[in-house]
Amino acid sequence: MRERTSGRTVGGFRNLFLQGPAVTLLLLWMLVPLGMTIWFSFQRYNLMMPSVSGFAGWENYYYLVTDPALWTAMGNTLLLVGSVLAISVIGGTLLAVLFQQEFFGRGIARLLVIAPFFVMPTVSALIWQNMMMHPVYGVFAWLSKLLGLPVIDWFSAMPLISIIIIVAWHWMPFALLILLTAIQSLDDDQVEAARMDGAGPLAIFWFITLPHLKRAISVVIMIEMIFLLTVFAEIFVTTSGGPGLASTNLAYFIYIRALLDFDVGAASAGGVIAIILANIVAIFLVRTVAKNLET
Amino acid sequence: MNPTTTKKLLLTLLAWGIAVIVFFPIFWMVVTGFKTEVQAIAPPTLIFDPTLAGYNTVIERADYLKFALNSIVIAFGSTLLALLVAIPAAYSMAFLPTKRTRGTLLWMLSTKMLPPVGVLMPIYLLSRDLGLLDTRTGLIIIYMLMNLPIVVWMLYTFFKDVPKDILEAGRMDGARTFQEVVYLLLPLTLPGIASTGLLAVILSWNEAFWSLNLTTSDAAPLTTFIASFSSPEGLFWAKLSAASTLAIAPILIFGWMTQKQMVRGLTFGAVK
Repeated sequence: MRERTSGRTVGGFRNLFLQGPAVTLLLLWMLVPLGMTIWFSFQRYNLMMPSVSGFAGWENYYYLVTDPALWTAMGNTLLLVGSVLAISVIGGTLLAVLFQQEFFGRGIARLLVIAPFFVMPTVSALIWQNMMMHPVYGVFAWLSKLLGLPVIDWFSAMPLISIIIIVAWHWMPFALLILLTAIQSLDDDQVEAARMDGAGPLAIFWFITLPHLKRAISVVIMIEMIFLLTVFAEIFVTTSGGPGLASTNLAYFIYIRALLDFDVGAASAGGVIAIILANIVAIFLVRTVAKNLET
Repeated sequence: MNPTTTKKLLLTLLAWGIAVIVFFPIFWMVVTGFKTEVQAIAPPTLIFDPTLAGYNTVIERADYLKFALNSIVIAFGSTLLALLVAIPAAYSMAFLPTKRTRGTLLWMLSTKMLPPVGVLMPIYLLSRDLGLLDTRTGLIIIYMLMNLPIVVWMLYTFFKDVPKDILEAGRMDGARTFQEVVYLLLPLTLPGIASTGLLAVILSWNEAFWSLNLTTSDAAPLTTFIASFSSPEGLFWAKLSAASTLAIAPILIFGWMTQKQMVRGLTFGAVK
């Protein structure tokens, strides 16, 4: 008995000692930049104009929300997040069902189809831009000519759609990887029983597979959303947000304010908006994970 | 032919068709790396004399090795640091749980939700003022912090699977915490630790927001180097392809090797 009580206090100190470094580092990593962003967002602070300084109140936010570019960027962000989510979740679910079936060379085919997730964003952006979608030398242009279709100059005719294709190519395999793992825990007996009762493949998919995947799908949606809200490298490398603002999303908009205009105040106000958006999603993700932690 | 075989053949055709289309850009990149610059922009063909010229020029350029070395040092350095900080924390969470453990874990997860672009300005200015802009140290610290929550989480799930009796037995023999971790826990969970480390390496290697914004030349990893090909005068496709192939090959292999455990880490244990 005596041993247990002493063990508990020693355990308390040990926990502090063992978890201390990790907790302290993360606390600093979270609070310092967050505090600074919020502080800057209320300051007149431009690296190019050192003489202008002082408390700005809501000025940066006012300037930001009255800037039509912000709303274009928000619209593009929504479109990008929405389309990539739709493509990757629907595509990922259907492919998970397909790649769960028995067929020849399944192991290798699975490796090939999840590969894009491991390609660094700058590489995937450049391969797509130059070798796939290039209006003269690209594979797509060659295919169009072969089929007698008009050649599309992807990045100037439909810049946002081109970015969506590149980003979806990266994230659809992620959805597939997660859903394929989740689908493997599906109870075969249940499926067999349903088949015995005369359920067709569509009914099995709709009433058994899909409900089984529900939680995995929601996790995929939330994780992707957090990353998709701030897609950056693909735009930086290919279109630089253009032509005009056609492919500028929120992340790229903040980047322009920050490192091209050096307007720390406005960039930070944009940053605060991005943080708020991400946290709305994050609350749901943390809840789902927390539910899972109890069981 | 019986219907099951027909079905299997059709499935094979469909699944392989999709797999080939999805993988095609990577395949095409690898192939283009073996072409000359002239062949690279000629109409697409698979019939050509493969040459190693692209790879040779890339490797011979002294700076390519510098970028590759930066990637290696930054990815592995940040991963080792993260493991060093995370192993004690995950140990205490798994074996000495308290009422607060669950809250701490969830809080750690929530720090991942801060979008990098939201704190671009502070991190940029802090790095500048601390002299960490364009240094490996700067990126190592940032990647370590970026991956710390995932690393703690993954280690925690692996440590929790270790039967408590084994550690109890060690404790009876008078093992101190340190010895318990080093001689009992680490050997037992080595596969889990390795896959956690590999995931952190993959995430650091492919990270492209901080590397593009905080490095220019000295500490630039491969992500930044590849991005420099995007300038119009830098359009050498064979070289771009060769450099890209070399940049993604190790990570692709790591990823294939650890995909099962990665799912656990990427979903914070919500999907196993």
